[in-house]
Amino acid sequence: MGAVKPAILALADGTVFTGTALGAFGETAGEVVFNTALSGYQEILTDPSYRGQMVTMTYPHIGNYGVNPEDIESTQPWLAGFIVKEACPYPSNWRSRQSLDDYLRSHGIVGIQGIDTRALTTHLRDHGSQQGVISHVDLDPKRVVRKAKDAPSIIGRDLVKEVTCAETYKWTESSGVWAVTSEGTVKPSVGAGGAPAGGAPSRFRVVAFDFGIKYNILRRLVDEGYDVTVVPASTTADDTLALNPDGVFLSNGPGDPEAVPYAIDAVRALLGKKPLFGICLGHQIMGLALGLQTYKLKFGHHGANHPVMDLDTKKVEITSQNHNFAVRGGASAAASQAAPWTTSYGPVQLTHRSLNDDAVEGMRCLDLPAYSVQYHPEASPGPHDAGYLFHRFTDLMAKGMS
Amino acid sequence: MPKRHDIRTILLIGSGPIVIGQACEFDYSGTQACKALREEGYRIVLINSNPATIMTDPELADRTYIEPITVDSIEQIIQREQPDALLPTMGGQTALNAAVALAEQGILKKYGVQLIGASYESIRKAENREEFKKAMARIGLRTPASAIARSRDEALRAMDEIGFPAIIRPSFTLGGTGGNIAYNREEYESFTEWGLSASPVGEILIERSIIGWKEFELEVMRDTKDNAVIVCSIENVDPMGIHTGDSITVAPAQTLTDKEYQVMRDASLRIMREIGVDTGGSNIQFGVNPADGNMVVIEMNPRVSRSSALASKATGFPIAKIAAKLAVGYTLDEIPNDITRVTKASFEPSIDYVVVKIPRFAFEKFPQTDPTLTTQMKSVGEVMAIGRTFKESLQKAIRSLEVDRYGFEPHPSLGEGEPEETVAQIRERIRRPDAERLWHLADGLRMGISVEELYGLTKIDPWFLNQMKDLLAVEDQLAREKHPLAPERLREVKALGFSDRRLGDLLQVSEADIRKSRLKAGVVPAFKRVDTCGAEFQARTPYLYSTYETECESRPEGRQKVMILGGGPNRIGQGIEFDYCCVHAALALRDMGYETIMVNCNPETVSTDYDTSDRLYFEPLTEEDVLSIVETERLAGDLLGVVVQFGGQTPLKLALPLEKAGVPILGTSPDAIDRAEDRERFKALLEKLDLKQPASGTARSVKEATAIAAAITYPVMVRPSYVLGGRAMEIIYDEKSLQAYIGKAIKASVKHPVLIDKYLEDAIEIDVDALSDGTQVVIGGIMEHIEEAGVHSGDSACSLPPYSLSPALVDEIRRQAVALARELRVIGLMNIQFAIRDGIVYVLEVNPRASRTVPFVSKAIGVPLAKLAMQAMMGRTLAQIGFTTERTPAHVSVKEAVFPFNKFPNTDVLLGPEMRSTGEVMGIADDFGSAFLKSQAGAGSPLPMAGRVFLSVKDKDKQATVALVRRFLFLGFTVEATRGTAGYLAQHGVVVDVVNKVMEGRPHIVDHIKNGEVHLVINTVGDKASQLDSASLRRAALVQNVPYQTTMAGARATLMGIEAGLKRKLTVKPLQEYYA
Repeated sequence: MGAVKPAILALADGTVFTGTALGAFGETAGEVVFNTALSGYQEILTDPSYRGQMVTMTYPHIGNYGVNPEDIESTQPWLAGFIVKEACPYPSNWRSRQSLDDYLRSHGIVGIQGIDTRALTTHLRDHGSQQGVISHVDLDPKRVVRKAKDAPSIIGRDLVKEVTCAETYKWTESSGVWAVTSEGTVKPSVGAGGAPAGGAPSRFRVVAFDFGIKYNILRRLVDEGYDVTVVPASTTADDTLALNPDGVFLSNGPGDPEAVPYAIDAVRALLGKKPLFGICLGHQIMGLALGLQTYKLKFGHHGANHPVMDLDTKKVEITSQNHNFAVRGGASAAASQAAPWTTSYGPVQLTHRSLNDDAVEGMRCLDLPAYSVQYHPEASPGPHDAGYLFHRFTDLMAKGMS
Repeated sequence: MPKRHDIRTILLIGSGPIVIGQACEFDYSGTQACKALREEGYRIVLINSNPATIMTDPELADRTYIEPITVDSIEQIIQREQPDALLPTMGGQTALNAAVALAEQGILKKYGVQLIGASYESIRKAENREEFKKAMARIGLRTPASAIARSRDEALRAMDEIGFPAIIRPSFTLGGTGGNIAYNREEYESFTEWGLSASPVGEILIERSIIGWKEFELEVMRDTKDNAVIVCSIENVDPMGIHTGDSITVAPAQTLTDKEYQVMRDASLRIMREIGVDTGGSNIQFGVNPADGNMVVIEMNPRVSRSSALASKATGFPIAKIAAKLAVGYTLDEIPNDITRVTKASFEPSIDYVVVKIPRFAFEKFPQTDPTLTTQMKSVGEVMAIGRTFKESLQKAIRSLEVDRYGFEPHPSLGEGEPEETVAQIRERIRRPDAERLWHLADGLRMGISVEELYGLTKIDPWFLNQMKDLLAVEDQLAREKHPLAPERLREVKALGFSDRRLGDLLQVSEADIRKSRLKAGVVPAFKRVDTCGAEFQARTPYLYSTYETECESRPEGRQKVMILGGGPNRIGQGIEFDYCCVHAALALRDMGYETIMVNCNPETVSTDYDTSDRLYFEPLTEEDVLSIVETERLAGDLLGVVVQFGGQTPLKLALPLEKAGVPILGTSPDAIDRAEDRERFKALLEKLDLKQPASGTARSVKEATAIAAAITYPVMVRPSYVLGGRAMEIIYDEKSLQAYIGKAIKASVKHPVLIDKYLEDAIEIDVDALSDGTQVVIGGIMEHIEEAGVHSGDSACSLPPYSLSPALVDEIRRQAVALARELRVIGLMNIQFAIRDGIVYVLEVNPRASRTVPFVSKAIGVPLAKLAMQAMMGRTLAQIGFTTERTPAHVSVKEAVFPFNKFPNTDVLLGPEMRSTGEVMGIADDFGSAFLKSQAGAGSPLPMAGRVFLSVKDKDKQATVALVRRFLFLGFTVEATRGTAGYLAQHGVVVDVVNKVMEGRPHIVDHIKNGEVHLVINTVGDKASQLDSASLRRAALVQNVPYQTTMAGARATLMGIEAGLKRKLTVKPLQEYYA
């Protein structure tokens, strides 16, 4: 337990927590949210959707199994800060290569530990997520609270441009060792980390919009047997169509969907032309393109235990979620109503509903080949219950070709 | 899907007596199931032979049968009650086995009863290891290399294929009975033989041992729509090779990446679907190779289990309750989450604390047994602790155990001798895991053994070892710090879970000093809520644990409230009976309109169900922890007092410290308790009332002891004064044995004298439970023991009402009991033990508190004594309560004790003053013989109605055998006896066959027992030497499950039982009809 440096976390509403420094030495600002997943911190750290946010892990021991080279969801951690009760200095797992603290330090992520994270969580739950500042350099509560108040809000900010890829590229890696087949079994081990896909030749060409895409979405698309081309978020509809895809995928990503009007325009132009499948921010962007509204949730959905009902089958799936915004289903309180919402693209059907708060978790255009979900069927971290949604994309494209 | 309307009556099977591997967790699950199903309007018919359960309270079911859990009695119940469905998943392996037998014998089909919760096919698939392995292979999951054997030859053929080490496990047993690891051919042969005989179907599984792999468990639930959730993951600190019931476990899993965890989760869901568990909960165990993450499936239980009880308490997700609702057709999304009230049960709990479970052992009761932990479960209870970190949780769990440890106290030998030698000794201790392994590891770390080496010796994951290493480093620092610590430092170490007591040790001041400085510095715990969701939603249920954090969520209410202290971990001598009483206290207080606060740390119990009390504190029962709760609850409302009468010795020990701290103790005063417990004061009390007790004395040396014994005459009962509950108690017949005993006892503790009492040979022992409001006293029940005085009261069978006493004697007992209660001004319950010899009544012991027999008496007389006692303690008179006359039931109730001897090789089954039973059953009938017969069947050794009786008795008993054997012969039994006994019988005109003793050559009696030629064993022995000579025959009877009696009184009762059984067939009758 090396030298302990003090640290402070201040929220915009004046709440202050004092703890000790974690990760890179410094100061950082962002929207403070909490995540209730018990495992999967490495995937969370590297999920580009957390750009601009500081994540509080509600489980007190984080870093137990260390950091390995495989369980990453993008090239690097993107979040603004990391908040834990206790970061484990002596990880234990056969794949571990590094401790959490070392990892955060090597990527310049500022964090804090040793605070009452449950108190912080109940505060965020009751008063909503808000801007906060973690500082190792300035320990004066008043000043740090002021900085938190001055920190820019996440609303209206285009965070996508900070995390999207610069250029178009091909993705070929499948889930490999961690793959889950349609029956849910594990493929025989081929060594750690996911070997490249072998097997069937690609049936469909898919263009994936990178709004901050997670590796596991790409792997799952390859698992389905697609030829996958990843394009930057600012790619136009024309440039997309020029790639002659069989379907277009809209990825997850950070922040406010209204802050990426260029993507909304592109999707609007693609609707009806190509089969579309959106996840998370991709879902919200599709909603806005269809003329629906989005709104910010009080403290968002961040965790790996969220029950969602598939309204077609009435089955419940346990899902991985990470969203601060949501699509408003037609008229505000009608989210759970079965009647389709009217849009200029024809009726849109609610397909998935949160059992926790009735939020819209999925929708489908009845007249066009387009559907989307708010949560994360690619899991990573989290349960694999919703993996079937990738097969639906295959079905949709197959229909489009026939 | 809404609930099913095509079923109306549901039969529920309980788990029977408490045994190792099957304890009160099944009362917790069965009680939840009863409540949940009745809430839905179903008619519930219940069978359980264990009276010390909440589930057998007549209010919980429509029809409650306290009957042996046998195919015969269940069939009779089915005939009478015509249930539509049978729910077999709530009563452990016992209920599952009974359901399988009923299905296989066509009884379910005959009466049109359908299994709900688990089908016959799915139970078979999960329980039959061969089928289970095939099923796993079908879904692409691996299981360790294995073979099934049904004979010694088959076992030997499998040996080469499987290799060593090999685990040998009998099929269809509980708690891994007979599970052993063989490292060589010799062990292999002996373990396979043991396993074949331990399996009720004569089948064993031989498996390549993956000893040293990491072990994980997942608790899964599934509904009719195929929705499935994982309620909890559990990681075993102890690796594969130690039964999970004996392992220290942690929730949630600590060292799995999400990728690995999800593979396990997927596998669990696949297993649920493949095995076909359509509704309800299951427990699935996995082994993981720490070197490469390779995963194998160990087993699954298609029912609620000990682990599911733990998972329920660990997460706040009531598995049994929800499983019951799923069984009648509801789906997870239709069932509300009680704790948040706004969300549904179809989710996976997230927790923001760490749960540690530590098992509690009772090896001191079985000194002949090797205390090494293996794949055969040997623990008798467990504690659970909740803390924000593993360190805090671990240290809280340690002090919850009540083994006189408040942290990582060093071994007394540490610091003596050469360090190298010490380290070598510690290494040896660590290599063989036993109940003390945590402290051995701590000593190892203290002496500088590295985490790597400890890992090599134990295969305990370095993550846990490093956590311990941190704690010991802090201990080391503290030993060099000065009291009082700075407030920040104090808060820091308290957050690591250090108790005031341990801090006192380390800082060389008293616990009280630490406490004083802590309160002065304002370093007090905060209480957090268990909410199933990591604080994402507001918790409506005050289910609390302490931690040293900033925000306290206890929010005490402004009501009049009463706190009940529970009994802590189950152990021999303090088990489910006390939890039963605590639960009744809570129910009574709730009825009277008081707010109830429960404090306990035993996850198996009904008392720690968040439904039982208004507020639940899942906390260690130490002075420090209880006072913290008291102080918090006093912040609002009016804490009227604390109840210490119901939880056994655990809370009773806290009575004086709590009173000293100004906390009112409800009911009988702590001074009265002391008057009954202090030897000298008790003597004075009896003299004042002119009551007799056996002559006695206190000795501090061998010389004093021999003088006392000579004065009061042999035989004498001796025990060291510093242990309670009959531990180390012995009956001594001569001076030589006395000298040996005293020498040992005084060596063990010079400070504590040895107590010597006259042992009343062949005296009848009587137990009395009485209720008093401080003025009026009413007898609850008078129980006559079947075994003579000298056998621990918890180990002897007893009858209510007495079956051999004259009315005049019973009146005298009544008179003395009332006099004692009045003199002690008992308010609440009181238990008295008497001995009767030659018509004279002696007082053995008075306990002014709830006793082990309270649930039995309550069930026998149809009056909830503990509830009424609670009302009396709140100031109501017996007249106001409406209990002013003793109930004398027309029926006879017999209690029989159940022993764990089959889990402890080399242990003699002879009964003595040391209590060794883990549980009890009850038999109720119109006459003593039938009730006794039922009690034996309930205890798992049904009496034979024909066949061969073996007899070998000590000289003193020979005279009594003549009439007994005549009777057996008259009833059509054949009788064989050892030479001496047979000769005596012949002299008295009774001719029986002669059989060799073991040392007399073959074939001998053990051969006969093993060949199934003997159906009843009657064997009484006198001194130590003859005990040793005949131990193997008693052991053989135990292993072959041949009923045996080791006292003449027991033999006579057995005869009465058989006579009753031959006269008429046993019938079943629910409590509700007995009380009507």
